[in-house]
Amino acid sequence: MTSTRPSTRPSALRLLLRNRVSLLGCLILAAVVLAAVVGPWLSPYDPNATDVGNALRAPGAEHWLGTDQLGRDVLSRIVAASQVSLRVAVVSVSIALVLGVGIGLLAGYARGAADAVLMRLVDVMFAFPVLLLALAIVAVLGPGLNSAIIAIGVVYTPIFARVARASTLSVREEPFVKASLTMGTGHAYVLRHHVLPNISGPVIVQTSLSLAFAILSEAALSFLGLGVQPPQPSWGRMLFEAQGFVGQAWWMSVFPGAAIFVTTLAFNLVGDGLREVLDPARRTALAAQGGRS
Amino acid sequence: MTAPAPTTPDATPRWRRVRDHPATRFLVVRGLLHTAIVLLGVITVTFSLMLLVPGDPVRIALGTRYTQESYDALRAASGLDRPLLEQYLDYVLGAVRGDLGVSFRNGEPVTHVLLDRLPATASLALAGVLVGLLVAVPAGVYAALRNGRLADAVVRITSQVGVSVPDFWMGLLLITLFSATLGWLPSSGYVPFGEDPVEWARRLALPAVTVGLVAGSIMTRFVRAAVLDAIAAGWVRTARSKGLGRRVVLLRHILRNAVVPIVTIVGIQMATLLGGVIVVEVVFAWPGLGRLVYDSVTARDYPVIQGAVLLIAVLFLLINLLVDVIHTLVDPRIRNR
Repeated sequence: MTSTRPSTRPSALRLLLRNRVSLLGCLILAAVVLAAVVGPWLSPYDPNATDVGNALRAPGAEHWLGTDQLGRDVLSRIVAASQVSLRVAVVSVSIALVLGVGIGLLAGYARGAADAVLMRLVDVMFAFPVLLLALAIVAVLGPGLNSAIIAIGVVYTPIFARVARASTLSVREEPFVKASLTMGTGHAYVLRHHVLPNISGPVIVQTSLSLAFAILSEAALSFLGLGVQPPQPSWGRMLFEAQGFVGQAWWMSVFPGAAIFVTTLAFNLVGDGLREVLDPARRTALAAQGGRS
Repeated sequence: MTAPAPTTPDATPRWRRVRDHPATRFLVVRGLLHTAIVLLGVITVTFSLMLLVPGDPVRIALGTRYTQESYDALRAASGLDRPLLEQYLDYVLGAVRGDLGVSFRNGEPVTHVLLDRLPATASLALAGVLVGLLVAVPAGVYAALRNGRLADAVVRITSQVGVSVPDFWMGLLLITLFSATLGWLPSSGYVPFGEDPVEWARRLALPAVTVGLVAGSIMTRFVRAAVLDAIAAGWVRTARSKGLGRRVVLLRHILRNAVVPIVTIVGIQMATLLGGVIVVEVVFAWPGLGRLVYDSVTARDYPVIQGAVLLIAVLFLLINLLVDVIHTLVDPRIRNR
């Protein structure tokens, strides 16, 4: 029923891009995605090609961001790693999104005993610090890319459940939902066509913020040697390797870390911008002042 | 309408009246019950970790050290040769008594291993929160008072930047600058406070600043929001309009009301850091719980992983409960709801 959708969606995007800080976030993200997609064709060197004669070269004309202890080109490795990081972040947050929103919708819509049980489960999950739980899951599944994806997906599920439940509880009380139920509409239809679209705002915001944290978590797991496995390059592992060369090769720690930082920052900026834009009260205020911020 | 009679001064101190208030008791009991239920869930999740290991955890843990005798001995010592339900009940009862089994690596009781490491992590988390507060309170209050102006924007963007920095990268950069380049501070290691307080502080400085700057960025946002909420309250306008000085309004009317949310975020940060400083501990070779978890994951020492995860989750729950209780004691509005 796309035709009944209010025409405010495009203006939400426009409002987002009108905010200079969010625009910056979007531009950075576009650049990172572009680098991940076309980077492998453009990058000057094979990310895994070793060249011991050129080890630990400082940034210069030949190697823009220098080389590591095996003479591998830091820039090419950063570009190659961006693909892995983004993939892990997107897939794991998708897992968290589907599971979490499912749990939250069910709990908030059914209420009563189902709500109590599901939310106590979520409380239990919340008691474990994110990285610790991810580590424990990787310990169980064994190190590797898929374990990292599952671990990050599981640890970010509860936050989606809470966000979805809170919004579902309030949407459920809206007159149009009650009217629809009174008319005999089935619960599945109401959930899909009335509740889900109306809780999407907070869920979208949470998705962007979770992507930021997922990038950080993946980097941390890979730093510890439990995520992406060599020879596949990853930002976290590059930082781990840089530890042995802090005094001699600052570029080995500065640039991969900067890649993690910039990507995380971009997701955070977009998330914050989305929060401003998708919150109806704030959006009215923003539209009134011409979207300046 | 007569003016309300002046309230008779009560001899019992305020904290005791609050403590004995029926609503306080109700909230504390409810909080305890909720915590107990979640705690049981946490113990159950921790217990099931070992069950989820594909294959035989004892066999995997022994690795190249495997012999039939060592295998049988370790299985018996860990109680893994008994029926599942018995193992579970034993684990729950043991956890309540503080018995978390023995390490796969050296047969040492897990509780000893954990208690050995707790002081290092606790001092790092505490120092991190202190550094964070030193950053967050001035920055957050200042930003809120300059709401919407340039200074506010600068603080907000800076805190956004701080939240996005990977803490282990910050640690590496600080080591590069202060240890490798300037040579001012040691880059790793831990010295107990009782042995040499000066060296303890020198070793703590870099990891604490690393943890504190990231934690401070998060806390800055909460302090700013709390102060903004307090400023928006009606009594602040009243206080201003009756001509009170800026200092009095700020201290007595704004900050006093912002203290409760700030206490909350300090508690949550403290709890988060106990389990959140794993990678920083690895970077600085800090012999805390995080470093222990990392080593245990590498060595597949499942009982120690379980124990550490459980201990940190329990501390997290207890700190949260404490924050709730402090809330109730400090803020009469929660009590009288």
